[in-house]
Amino acid sequence: MPLSKPQHLELYYWMQLNRKLEDALTILFRQNKVVGGLYSSLGQEAISVGSAYALEKRDWMAPMIRNHGALLVKGFKPRDIAMQYMARKGSPTGGKEGTSHFGDLSDRHVVSPISMLGDLIPVMTGVGLAARYLGRDEVAMTWIGDGGSSTGAFHEGLNFAAVQRAPLVLILENNLWAYSTPTYLQAGLKDFADRAKAYGIPGVTIDGNDVLAVYEATRAAVERARRGDGPTLIETKSFRRKGHAQHDPANYVPDWMRKEWEAKDPILRFEKYLTDKKLWTEKEKNEILARIDRELKDELAAAEASPLPQPEEAALGVYCEGGCHEIRATWKRSPDEVKPPRHEVADWFVEHKPALLPTASVNGARSAKREKEPVAVAGNPGHGKKKPARKKK
Amino acid sequence: MATLTYLQAIGRGLWEEMERDPAVVMLGEDIGVYGGAFKVTDGFLPHFGRQRVIDTPISETAIIGAAVGMSYLGLRPVAELQFIDFIACCFNQITNFVAKSHYRWGAPVPMVIRGPAGGGVHGGPFHSANPEMYFVHTPGLKVVYPSTAYDAKGLIKAAVRDNNPVLFFEHKFLYRRIKEELPEDDYIVPLGKAAVRREGRDLTLVSYAAMAHTCLEAAEKLEKEDGISCEVVDLRTLLPLDRETLLASLKKTNKMLVVHEDTRTGGIAGEIAAIVMEDAFDDLDGPVLRVTSLDTPVPFSPPLEEFFLPNVEKVAKAARDLARY
Repeated sequence: MPLSKPQHLELYYWMQLNRKLEDALTILFRQNKVVGGLYSSLGQEAISVGSAYALEKRDWMAPMIRNHGALLVKGFKPRDIAMQYMARKGSPTGGKEGTSHFGDLSDRHVVSPISMLGDLIPVMTGVGLAARYLGRDEVAMTWIGDGGSSTGAFHEGLNFAAVQRAPLVLILENNLWAYSTPTYLQAGLKDFADRAKAYGIPGVTIDGNDVLAVYEATRAAVERARRGDGPTLIETKSFRRKGHAQHDPANYVPDWMRKEWEAKDPILRFEKYLTDKKLWTEKEKNEILARIDRELKDELAAAEASPLPQPEEAALGVYCEGGCHEIRATWKRSPDEVKPPRHEVADWFVEHKPALLPTASVNGARSAKREKEPVAVAGNPGHGKKKPARKKK
Repeated sequence: MATLTYLQAIGRGLWEEMERDPAVVMLGEDIGVYGGAFKVTDGFLPHFGRQRVIDTPISETAIIGAAVGMSYLGLRPVAELQFIDFIACCFNQITNFVAKSHYRWGAPVPMVIRGPAGGGVHGGPFHSANPEMYFVHTPGLKVVYPSTAYDAKGLIKAAVRDNNPVLFFEHKFLYRRIKEELPEDDYIVPLGKAAVRREGRDLTLVSYAAMAHTCLEAAEKLEKEDGISCEVVDLRTLLPLDRETLLASLKKTNKMLVVHEDTRTGGIAGEIAAIVMEDAFDDLDGPVLRVTSLDTPVPFSPPLEEFFLPNVEKVAKAARDLARY
């Protein structure tokens, strides 16, 4: 279904909020109020925003370091991100962590990244598998860079997701630079979407500076995952316009390349699109920009008002104990209705060779009597009677 | 009452937990149709189905990663590593993703990572390891290493129910060598509690897993041959460590010898010695000694491995020295 006019304006709002928040964070960095590094997504806002916008509220995502826009779309406030960078007590992690390294399992369904690249891919595969087992009809999405796609975790995770047909969407942000390393030193591929071929899953390459293209490709992949057809790899081509982090002037990037990509700015491009298609008026645009300025002023004031954490809090929270969290799986339907991919060998054994299937190890050797029992109840003695035997077709 | 081996006790414990709670799922290499390399999960696949018993590719990082993701939705995954040596392949997921999750952003990871560990079966450098101390040194994890069938069942059930990531080391030398009658009831053995396996007066032998049996044998021998009365403490859980039981025993015997199959440098004996120095120096009538494996990889050939490992003779000799001190 095509996006409505208000949805177009929402996309614009999120992209501009993403950029203006990062501009504000840069000022805080220069004022020494940011602790540690500051990571920019300048020029890549369309990827974060367009992909996250394709998720339903119940879907799961795990951002990478530059996906501030995705965190905003998924319901976090600018103050959350600002407090993370300023290491304040009021941040989602209470100062235990910085940057985009935070999440929310109960409400926004966001999993925190870690610095080791690729690790989120198997983790989000597990999120998708659990959602399927619980009958929750929820899709998991995460991002990786051109550099991160060289890790073993990327391969192990995407391969496992493919075999399990997990409801996973992986956005590969090809921004041409992994710190100072160009893409041709990461892989001998022109299109990183070709990595998908190794796993037998669809890989698509799109223009990462076109927010509508990102949205549409992600939406299609999300729907495919929700249908049970498995993971998709989406390569979004873009360019990292700042350094790896704020400290890095990125003088290894040729001037011509920077110029070329500045001309392809995703926000300016979308502004032109909205104007050409008559989807907004100058007044509406100014209202959005004024709203962002207003909101950011309040959000950053709230962030700056938060104190630093108390030193002694460092010692707390290593373990989940004393009832700090209730752990409960929420079932949306009977697990029997949810089918994992076929396991032909197992099916064949159950159907045709029950006697060859391993019987329960407990109490040792299988008896002749046990071998005649239906395989469905073969298990540790004392438990076989609890469930009725599965009927043979 | 059923007589179960150490291995069967683990299988039974897992089976009972899966029966009790549909949120318990398992994943690992060859755990389904084949029933696991050592047959711990034999018969699980046909009974519990493919959604709960997941055969994975040879991808330890994916196994642990997927288990973390599952735990975030409230499942209680049990990940099998075919041999615990392969835990090195997913070290990053365990130490960085799993262990830090709750501390960093308040996301509990109720999962169990289990697998066969330990030597004495001529498995060579890659099928005999005792890598527990990498993880004892990692805040956020719990580390369990049982020595009896009763404990193995009770501890695996406690591990599955714990809201934290638990590494459950199974000593493969004990898998089929020891068995005992286990009660039918739904008992657990709490994590973090050591057991006094034998009461004694003259010195305390501290150990865990297969070496707990070596210590008991040595204690028997020392009693008979030298009249030395040894108390034997089996740690059962290495993290969190049961300091109370250790210090109470030391208060009684005033001498302590720590025995472990893990290599010497950085083994838990050093940590225990430090705890004793800090908290019970005045109770000591002699140095805390240790009997451990050599600081080498685990060698393959039987005479080499026997030389590498602690044994009853080595423990008895050190205990005699300590008793005379």
